[in-house]
Amino acid sequence: MKALVAVKEVMLVEDEFEIEGVEIAEQHLSADLNEWDGYAIEEAVELQEDGIVDEVVTVTIGPEECEQTIRQALAKGADRSIRIWDDTLEGADLIDVDAKTEILSAVIEEENPDLVLTGVQAGDDSFAATGVSVAENLGFQWGAVVNHLEHDFEDGLASVHRELEGGIEELTDLELPAVLTIQTGINEPRYASLRGIRQAQRKELDVKTLSDIGVDESRIATEFELTDMYEPESKSDTTIWEGNAGETSSKLGELLRDKGVAQ
Amino acid sequence: MTDVLAVTDHRRGDLRDISYELITAGRELADETGGDLHLVIINGPVDRFAQKCNRVGVDTIHTVSYGEEFNHDIYTQVITQLYHNLAPKYILTPNSVNGLDYAPAIANRLDLPIVTDTIDLETDGKSLVATREMYGGKVETTNQYEGNVVVTIRGAEWPAAEVTGDAKVKPFDAEIDEDAIGSTVTGFEEAVGGNVDISEADLLVSIGRGIEEKENLDLIRNLADTLDATLSSSRPIVDNGWLPKNRQVGQSGKVVTPEVYIAIGISGAVQHVAGMKGSDTIIAINTDPNAPIMDIADYAIVDDLFDVVPELIEEFQ
Repeated sequence: MKALVAVKEVMLVEDEFEIEGVEIAEQHLSADLNEWDGYAIEEAVELQEDGIVDEVVTVTIGPEECEQTIRQALAKGADRSIRIWDDTLEGADLIDVDAKTEILSAVIEEENPDLVLTGVQAGDDSFAATGVSVAENLGFQWGAVVNHLEHDFEDGLASVHRELEGGIEELTDLELPAVLTIQTGINEPRYASLRGIRQAQRKELDVKTLSDIGVDESRIATEFELTDMYEPESKSDTTIWEGNAGETSSKLGELLRDKGVAQ
Repeated sequence: MTDVLAVTDHRRGDLRDISYELITAGRELADETGGDLHLVIINGPVDRFAQKCNRVGVDTIHTVSYGEEFNHDIYTQVITQLYHNLAPKYILTPNSVNGLDYAPAIANRLDLPIVTDTIDLETDGKSLVATREMYGGKVETTNQYEGNVVVTIRGAEWPAAEVTGDAKVKPFDAEIDEDAIGSTVTGFEEAVGGNVDISEADLLVSIGRGIEEKENLDLIRNLADTLDATLSSSRPIVDNGWLPKNRQVGQSGKVVTPEVYIAIGISGAVQHVAGMKGSDTIIAINTDPNAPIMDIADYAIVDDLFDVVPELIEEFQ
């Protein structure tokens, strides 16, 4: 069985930042592996360790700068990686769900995996839609917000738990091939070992353009325009207690006594 | 004229609150250009649900009785067919776990753009302006779409429609292709993890990522013991296995309503806030004055928890 993991490098924003137009100024951003994708990689690598998956391949849409993040996935146990980039993607404010679907679908068709894993959402744009969209596009089955996966795949089915609201889990069987969007907490992502990091440098990282994977540029036109970005207005009338830790904690203590919840 | 098709959410025989919020959001959107609001109820006791959803603002309720529980294959087939019948400009769904399990498939099948987790919507009949957050709520963005769009809406952003209306209720005769159903719901499970019920507590001491290391949890346990409070947490602490699932406050955990909720090192992601905003008094201890939790806290200490918590323990010892 082959597993493919869609991995994204996301931008993290510092506590203090400035907005320039419809972007956050670059000096306030840092790049990292999307948190949810870290769990997806771990799940795929565990499937390989359990002898169920023979090969774990990652795919990333991103420029050369994200290769360090891709190497993180390789260091954690993925066998090889594919990176898709193209001049036409350069300068896009956001790559929308439809464009990502076109690109990822083309790679998945070429790789022909039995299982596609990806994070529930990306920490930066938070669309949470690409996995299901890709599945539909390819005629695969899918499960969104998966927080448990049985590792036996009896009768060609993936048995998953989907995390619903309110501490309820739905148990669902899905036919393979399937796309699962992975929720945090499904496993404990490993840290890459030093050996893993060394090995990752030697693993295959294949770089392809849109034409290499047969995607026409016209199919990746973003269907919306980001028209504004701003800091949300504070709607609160929060009382901020001023002073050192001793002073503020005694104000809190006073409030807890007034409310009668602590003595 | 902008017609809207909104898809209700239900689970285990109950309509979820977001179904009523969708009516408000859908009506607002349809009103902006004088369109109709259509509601669809798929699976479950659809007639009972149709009665409950018959609120002012809804023009037509389409019911599809086919199986008991949510099934994304059925939802995808029904909504696609209904879209072809009604030709609404916008398909509105909840940004719930189930909404996110079919809305992207519908968008793809109908070749429409999708915008998820919206908190505000406006239309002039031609284009849609959707407001949503990025970077974990640090910024809001407006996004303009032309043409027809699939939109998922965040819970609790629109008030629930409350007044009974006189919508037409029409069974929709969807043609379900059984061969295209590749998923089966086999059951449900409740979160487990001991007998502590955080939803019963008067005083909750809740911890988030700010605790940094598992070992530091002892400090918070010490505080909870000293105050005779119940210990709870945001999602990452449970994901790390540092506390059991039944201690998790939030959308996918428990909804709590204590007298006092002390949020320590919790940034206040929307999923967490969904579970604790009903607390009588909220106190935040956080180094980041711009953390979203500061917006909903009644009182806040902008300081390092490792400085404040020991002082607080000392005060009550």
